[in-house]
Amino acid sequence: MTMEFVINMSLFVFLGLTAFAILKLRALFAVVMLSSVFSLVSAGLFVLLDAVDVAFTEAAVGAGISTVLLLVTLSLTARREKAPHRAHAIPLAVVFLTGLALVYGTLDMPHFGDPNAPAQTHVAPKYINDTEREVGMPNIVTAVLASYRGFDTLGEVTVIFTAGIAVLLLLGASIREPDGVRIQTMDHHLVLRVVTKVLIGPILLFALYVQFHGDYGPGGGFQAGVIFAAAFIIYALVFGLENARRAVPGQAVRILLACGVLLYGGVGLISFLFGENYLNYSVLGATQVAGQHLGVLLVEFGVGLTVSAVMVSTFYAFAGQNPPISDEDW
Amino acid sequence: MTALIVDAFSWACLGAGSVLVLIGTVGLIRLPDFYARMHAVGITDTLGADLILLGLMVQAGFSLVTIKLLLIGAFLFFTSPTSTHAIANAAFTSGLRPLVADEETEREPAEEKGDQA
Amino acid sequence: MFTATMAALLVSMVLALARLYMGPTLYDRVLAANAFGTKTVLLIGVVGFLTGRPDFLDISLLYALLNFIGTIAVLKFFRYRTLGDRVETDRERQ
Repeated sequence: MTMEFVINMSLFVFLGLTAFAILKLRALFAVVMLSSVFSLVSAGLFVLLDAVDVAFTEAAVGAGISTVLLLVTLSLTARREKAPHRAHAIPLAVVFLTGLALVYGTLDMPHFGDPNAPAQTHVAPKYINDTEREVGMPNIVTAVLASYRGFDTLGEVTVIFTAGIAVLLLLGASIREPDGVRIQTMDHHLVLRVVTKVLIGPILLFALYVQFHGDYGPGGGFQAGVIFAAAFIIYALVFGLENARRAVPGQAVRILLACGVLLYGGVGLISFLFGENYLNYSVLGATQVAGQHLGVLLVEFGVGLTVSAVMVSTFYAFAGQNPPISDEDW
Repeated sequence: MTALIVDAFSWACLGAGSVLVLIGTVGLIRLPDFYARMHAVGITDTLGADLILLGLMVQAGFSLVTIKLLLIGAFLFFTSPTSTHAIANAAFTSGLRPLVADEETEREPAEEKGDQA
Repeated sequence: MFTATMAALLVSMVLALARLYMGPTLYDRVLAANAFGTKTVLLIGVVGFLTGRPDFLDISLLYALLNFIGTIAVLKFFRYRTLGDRVETDRERQ
């Protein structure tokens, strides 16, 4: 009954209880808060499994930004979930049988953490042995993400870019000037305004630290983009959306959105000009290790740009909508 | 010798911090009203967290880890009371009022005590 | 001593979760979620020390910030029912 076992079990029990409560509660507002708790407990579990980069991203995206974006969505819809009309018996049976089949399937898998599992004997030793020599950075996860599996990450950035564009197309990217007087909603909250002003600088610095420290510790473009966007979101929350739009205009955010993906793809094209394969960073510098460092730096920066621009533009698009349901119905 | 003092100090800080955090959350469960619960959690969260972080800092010595812990402590020091203030403000302006005792039920026990004295 | 701190933090997290499920008003839930977030920050820090990997502190720092941002967003949403600006149209002013 080691301490680690106790913590693991407790966190899994929290996860189960939270999931059950999310299913049972009908008040959507409480469900949003419970899902942020769910993401936070998942991040804690990832920390215990030694997957620090994943835990970082889960805490940033799942527990932080998703809560804000879900709240923004909630302001445009109803407040309670409608009760289901149909019977539950057949779907419950189907789900139960599928779950049993999945559990039966896992009986054939190798044990958790088994060093002789196929995944650990073919690919993983190559990465662990060769990263220091070929890429030269201590964080193997970033080396795999940005250099060995660079194509996958290019696909991920393009997917985020596409999702951002889809949201903007659906919600309307143009800024509709409303026919009334804007009231700033948080004028008289002096404490909040002062503390937010003090905190925004350190948050942006922390985002830059996470961005460029990804080579040596947990971090990288995805997490840094989210933290960067979080600073602008809290500015928009406390000081008003109009002031935030004046500081970072919507048009500028859309240009940055495209620039991130362009930077990533452009680095690959430059490798073409040197006569190598697409996204082969070795030719970008005098030695292979220097080239890899420069390449990873540039592509991570591109990822950070796109992710932060997507988060900020999505927030602008959602928060700029007028709620279609009147206050009494809500 | 100094290692012993450092260890004892850090143990004291960690112990005090954990006790405070525990008392605060027990108050979160047991106290009858929202404003009372806010008193329990808001105050003990900040001080207990900062004490725990101080204990960890003393254990780590002079290194980058201490600076990061210092930053976390500073952020919690600023943001935890601000969150408590914002929650209380929002609750009050939306109409939630604290649970106060009635005047009638308070007068009777005082009269009884006067009779016995 | 680390294990005792860890046990105290886990117990506090359970109690905060209980208040999150029970809380009759919304503000109890927001308070409990905020407290849960702070306890998780501390838990990740102490776990980092126990396992000898202080890299986890970056995650603690991140979540300390995001906890604050999430609480402010929830409060603004519930008070003003929008996360953008409130627009008073001419119709409402009359």
